[in-house]
Amino acid sequence: MMCEIINIPVINTVPSTADILRAQGISKNEVPNRKTVVLIDETIQRLMNTIRPVGILLGISKDDFAVIYEGEGMNEPQAPLGRIFGFGDDLAIFIVTLGESVSREISDHFNNKDLALASMLDSAASEAAEMAAANIESHYRSYLKRIGRLDVSTGIMRFSPGYCGWHIGAQKKLFDFLKPHQIGVALNDSLLMQPLKSISGVIVSGRKEIFNFDDSFSFCADCITHSCQDRIKAIYEKEQFN
Amino acid sequence: MDIFLELSENLQNGEAERVGILTRKALEEGLEPRKILDDALIAGMTIIGDRFKAHEIFLPDVLLAAKAMYAGMDVLRPFLINEGIPTIGKIVIGTVQGDLHDIGKNLVAIFLRGAGFDVIDLGNNVPPERFIDSALSEKAQVLGMSALLTTTMPTMKKVIDLAKLRGVRDRFKIIVGGASLSWEYARSIGADAYCFDGMNAVDCVKGFIAK
Repeated sequence: MMCEIINIPVINTVPSTADILRAQGISKNEVPNRKTVVLIDETIQRLMNTIRPVGILLGISKDDFAVIYEGEGMNEPQAPLGRIFGFGDDLAIFIVTLGESVSREISDHFNNKDLALASMLDSAASEAAEMAAANIESHYRSYLKRIGRLDVSTGIMRFSPGYCGWHIGAQKKLFDFLKPHQIGVALNDSLLMQPLKSISGVIVSGRKEIFNFDDSFSFCADCITHSCQDRIKAIYEKEQFN
Repeated sequence: MDIFLELSENLQNGEAERVGILTRKALEEGLEPRKILDDALIAGMTIIGDRFKAHEIFLPDVLLAAKAMYAGMDVLRPFLINEGIPTIGKIVIGTVQGDLHDIGKNLVAIFLRGAGFDVIDLGNNVPPERFIDSALSEKAQVLGMSALLTTTMPTMKKVIDLAKLRGVRDRFKIIVGGASLSWEYARSIGADAYCFDGMNAVDCVKGFIAK
């Protein structure tokens, strides 16, 4: 089983201007004013100077993952991941973080009343954390390809505790397996990861069809993004093999 | 140009330094601190709030204007304290124990201050006792709680139950907010309102204070 600590190049996690604007509630059809454009440039610069993206990735058997998935026994009975991982070919669990400095810098800007910069840096850092997780997923994809476990029928998708009916209680066991203190990530009593800009989860690799599900479960009503449908679509649009 | 109008326009444009200078100038001209606050700074932020609600401007514009308002407030504060001028209402706000997310709570505080409320921000990871003690000692009309995680949401109920246990639940209204919350959840734990963003919190608190 693979187990790797991966230092992710900062440049791979810098979000686009459009992504930062979207996170600030400005859609691509709207034109930001001059001050906002200047603010974005400063935000990106500060983000690049502050974050230290690093992840830990561990290949795991279905039996071991079943223990993690079950967590504290509070998953939604219909959670899609409960079915999907059973049909998967390969699984890996991961935690990725941007480090503590960026959260400190965001707080400092709020305290200094640089409110717009603080808010934009927070949005940019959240996007950067997602991109860091996507980097870990790419790394896993490359690994599977290298060992001959990937072909044109394969899809890859990642899931995180707290989403899609997978209860956040699974964090504890995920941490037991990953031991992410090696990359400076800890879990508090509320199952909140510190540093705040961290993402944990599982990456499932398997036939593309196993990932199909609708966003019509009762717990989907609480979801703001419904991004699952775009992610499923991407499996079919993107050539996973390359 | 009328100095109040000039102040308001500079505030709306996020010109913090200029707002500080103009506020000092208004004081030197003998204008009342309270009038400067109400007719220039809060008036400017009200326009910003309305334009934000109408989707004419965006969050960064609001926050740049808020910084400009703070620049004016910093100049006015000693005079306002000396005059003992009451604000339109006082709110104690914080992120509940176990939760360290405070961006949403900070934004709500900014919007409330911009609307003229006195906001006591307790920060994050606030224990239930501190929420209640602060609301009582500050004589707040409203207590606001924020939680992002499903694991920390139940702490909001602990705060409300503690207020009931101490027989002080009717001393203040309780509003709650956070990405995982809903009106349904707010009702189920006995909160008075669920606020989905900063502007909504302003409308909600104004409604409570008016009653």
